[in-house]
Amino acid sequence: MNYIPNTDADRADMLAVIGVPSVADLFHDVPEKQRFPELDLPPALSEMEVLQELQALADENDDLNHVSCFLGAGAYNHFVPSVVDSLIRRGEFYSAYTPYQAEISQGTLQAHFEYQSMICALTGMETSNVSHYDGATATAEAVIMALQVGRGKRSKVVLSPTLHPQYRAVVRTYTQGMGIQIAGEDAPLGDLAALAGPAGADSACVVVQNPDFLGRLYTPAEMQGLADKVHAAGAFFIVVTDPVSLGLFVPPGQYGADVVCGEGQPMGNALSFGGPYLGFFATKLSEVRKSSGRIVGQTVDTDGKRGFVLTLSTREQHIRREKASSNICSNQALNALAAAMYLAAMGKYGLRTVAELSYHKAHYAAGLIAALDGYEVKAAGLFFKEFVVRCPKPVALINQALLDEFGILGGYDLGSDYPELKDHMLLCVTEMNSRAEIKQLVDALEELAGSDDLAALDGEEAAQ
Amino acid sequence: MSYKFDPQAKYAKSHEWVRMEGDVAVIGVSDYAQHLLSDVVYVELPEVGDTLTQGESLGTVESVKAAEDAYAPISGEVLEVNAALEDNPEWVNEDPYGKAWLVKAAPSDLGQLADLMDIATYEKYVAEEEEKGGH
Amino acid sequence: MSEPLIYEISRAGRRAVSLPACDVPEAPFPADAVRADLPLPEVSEIDVVRHYTRLSQLNHSIDTGFYPLGSCTMKYNPKVNEVAARLPGFASLHPLQDALSAQGAMALIHSLQELLAEIAGFSAVTLQPAAGAHGELTGVLIMRKYLYDRGETQRDIILVPDSAHGTNPATTSMSGLKVMVVPSDARGNVNLEILRSLTAKHGPHLIGLMLTNPNTLGLFDENVEEVVRLVHEAGGLVYGDGANFNAILGIAKPGLLGFDVMHYNLHKTFSTPHGGGGPGSGAVGVAAFLADYLPGPIVVRDEDDEYAWQMPAKSIGRVKAFWGNFAVLVRAYTYIRMHGAEGLRQVSENAVLNANYLQARLRDVYPIPHSDRTCMHEFVAQGKLEGAPGINTMDIAKRLMDFDFHPPTVYFPLIVAEALMVEPTETESKETLDAFADTLIRIAEEARTDPELLKTAPHHAPVKRLDEVKAAKDMVLCYGPGCGG
Repeated sequence: MNYIPNTDADRADMLAVIGVPSVADLFHDVPEKQRFPELDLPPALSEMEVLQELQALADENDDLNHVSCFLGAGAYNHFVPSVVDSLIRRGEFYSAYTPYQAEISQGTLQAHFEYQSMICALTGMETSNVSHYDGATATAEAVIMALQVGRGKRSKVVLSPTLHPQYRAVVRTYTQGMGIQIAGEDAPLGDLAALAGPAGADSACVVVQNPDFLGRLYTPAEMQGLADKVHAAGAFFIVVTDPVSLGLFVPPGQYGADVVCGEGQPMGNALSFGGPYLGFFATKLSEVRKSSGRIVGQTVDTDGKRGFVLTLSTREQHIRREKASSNICSNQALNALAAAMYLAAMGKYGLRTVAELSYHKAHYAAGLIAALDGYEVKAAGLFFKEFVVRCPKPVALINQALLDEFGILGGYDLGSDYPELKDHMLLCVTEMNSRAEIKQLVDALEELAGSDDLAALDGEEAAQ
Repeated sequence: MSYKFDPQAKYAKSHEWVRMEGDVAVIGVSDYAQHLLSDVVYVELPEVGDTLTQGESLGTVESVKAAEDAYAPISGEVLEVNAALEDNPEWVNEDPYGKAWLVKAAPSDLGQLADLMDIATYEKYVAEEEEKGGH
Repeated sequence: MSEPLIYEISRAGRRAVSLPACDVPEAPFPADAVRADLPLPEVSEIDVVRHYTRLSQLNHSIDTGFYPLGSCTMKYNPKVNEVAARLPGFASLHPLQDALSAQGAMALIHSLQELLAEIAGFSAVTLQPAAGAHGELTGVLIMRKYLYDRGETQRDIILVPDSAHGTNPATTSMSGLKVMVVPSDARGNVNLEILRSLTAKHGPHLIGLMLTNPNTLGLFDENVEEVVRLVHEAGGLVYGDGANFNAILGIAKPGLLGFDVMHYNLHKTFSTPHGGGGPGSGAVGVAAFLADYLPGPIVVRDEDDEYAWQMPAKSIGRVKAFWGNFAVLVRAYTYIRMHGAEGLRQVSENAVLNANYLQARLRDVYPIPHSDRTCMHEFVAQGKLEGAPGINTMDIAKRLMDFDFHPPTVYFPLIVAEALMVEPTETESKETLDAFADTLIRIAEEARTDPELLKTAPHHAPVKRLDEVKAAKDMVLCYGPGCGG
């Protein structure tokens, strides 16, 4: 199956106008020996057959319609109102290109202007771009912006050890050619004040996640305290956050953040095995020209009527080329649109309610698990929807049993990222987890703590 | 197309001008440069105390279509920047040799003025550039 | 036609969602951490539906009309792709769940890695990069790390033709490397003479060359093998920008032409929708000697025939959280499986046929600098019309909107004055191409007889020409208190 309307008769007519005898003659610039290579691909399928094949592949996965999910760690199972997916399916949105021709792209442009407005409202910042690829690359772009503001004189980047491990990895990848130093990752977990230590006159920025990767929530006063020290050193204070947490908690714009960024997936985007998501990115008006990514601005047309255009484009690669601060071109526009639809539908009441439900349910689950023999909930301070649990057995074994025997997707195994947290699991509870599901998880964990099967498996693993 | 020139100024090939006012070098971009850019929407300037090096960027002048570096026509130390341009970037279009000066600097080598063009040479140079560029 | 902002239709107390009551005991909130106000809109569900439906109607899109935007490959986005990506077994899958519970998704990723490698003639593929520019960064970092691992750390220059997309030089700078521009020759190819002198002079300092082929003039470089040979001879590597890959599916394999690295734009060539600017996917393919440098993890098939994640041995690292834009990958996989080898070749044949047909229909009316050559999937005309001195490319572009056509890419490539870059794609019919050509011919006539009509266009779009200078000066970037709106 292909989607080509040309018939043989059309092709003959067109070739006559072009003045060549055959379609193959259009390719004489390709070196003859390399022309028309064989492609060893499986045979073409009809639409019906391809859907059958894909359904079979999809059926091999234990998706969240069949299991209950207590896994987060940067991708979250939040409710998506039906209006979001219904509206995002409109071809007028998804089959349009970047709105370079503003007059016939007002739908995308206005929706993105509204997205920017709602991200500003949520984060407490003055400007937002229309997205980076995800939370990790948004963080890397924030770091690069800080390095550029530092104009080569500030080449140290301080990363909190409880910034998402994958975000730290991406910052490292992005900056590998820039000759910088990364510090802070050996600071004690959860000790905000310890991050001020490495921040000095040589530092471009300090990056902190709140709530952090281990779920811990720092108070505005604690964050402001660090922000003051970072600013005293002349560096940028970059805060990575969970947008749903901002439905309930004081936004980073109110405690000194210069950039607020993070993963926007929880706002109306499907989990989809990791993407496409969106990285949201908000900063101060005074810094906007140093930031990267597309931005929509309000203006008027020749009749004086309000309209929207892509603006501040001179920051971008298509104009500034090698002097651009980032090479980003395509972003996650449709995911940002879904996020905007989500925030519009949720509104003031809905997002607060989702955040509150997540908070209450997570605390309920943590309380029950803390009472179990063999488990220890390690929530030293405040937390939002995720918390660390020390387990009596290796996390991989517990998770395998949870899935196989109870249909539960357990928490993230922290041992691989934090050796000191071997046998520790990061559990996530959202509004999607009912009280009954939480009870099932707690009962399952209790059962597994004493299970001889697991002990046997444990021995087997140890022997390997 | 006819452009304005300042007979008191000397010009760089990259279309900046410098005019000595006593010991102070006043620096800006030429009328031809602002024509190439069209409506200027933003001017980025150095900080007081920064060192200018002849031929190196001292800031950026931006329209909606282009962001062009302004290069220092001579070396020196920045004494003053024209902060009013932040709110009035259109001055670069309206009055490039007057209100829209970019920086005032203490030159470190007055001999460098000899590297620059006088008005007659620059006028000819602009005519040639226009011929070439088709702007 | 105009639609109020979502904030302007907000009324205190309206709700568009119903959420469950709390079924667990409530925990106390830390008072000093709770925000005082959450300034989001308050609207009802029908407000949300009408608002976004009306906004959508202000857009031009492939689903509503012809979109010949050069270098963007605005082909039809098959509806089956959308169904496939939304299968619950894919859409409701958590990226961090155990590999054994996601074998179907991993099989699809593994299969797509292999399909893409075969189509372009490479040994290994990563699907992690989220967009073309992200793929470029990935590819250039791979080239850099490979050469530096060999001890050649003095290498810091990338050659970029003057016809290149802005992402190529921007990527080079972002990778900590320097750009050196190679001009084009009179036939639109890389200027071999200058390339020879550059490789002779800077050979030991070259990381390599980034080449879009077919290039942004829509031309297949007639000397591509010599270009590749010169760069390799200098010890550099050749990067292929796959933005224009739609021209050569089954026509040529970049890997066999000697390219060492290439990114694919799944959102161009492989029919995944552009989404108003994204998401895309910038998968990267490499020759065998670079496979260990790919970002990861990638999917491998282990000895038990199970799919597993593996970080390549000398990987440049992760370029993104998780595994890539998976739902985009599902769409591209669907497209490739429905086409097979013959179908993909037909895609390119018809894309090139359509472009040459349009070029032939327009070459007597609009200047087309390289119309003596066969173009590939696109061609570059100029909005400079004899007898209409005041009219430029922007005027022609805006007038096209009055006839419900999206304009071509304008003012790019930079090496052609008043460029109009036209890419029709294979999914458009001869009738559509004819209607578009007839319209452009009519506009050329209007340019002479009634230039004001073009200068004030568009007349029938949702808004008239917008004041970009005002937008950049005023910087009204959001609505609400503190936003200056």
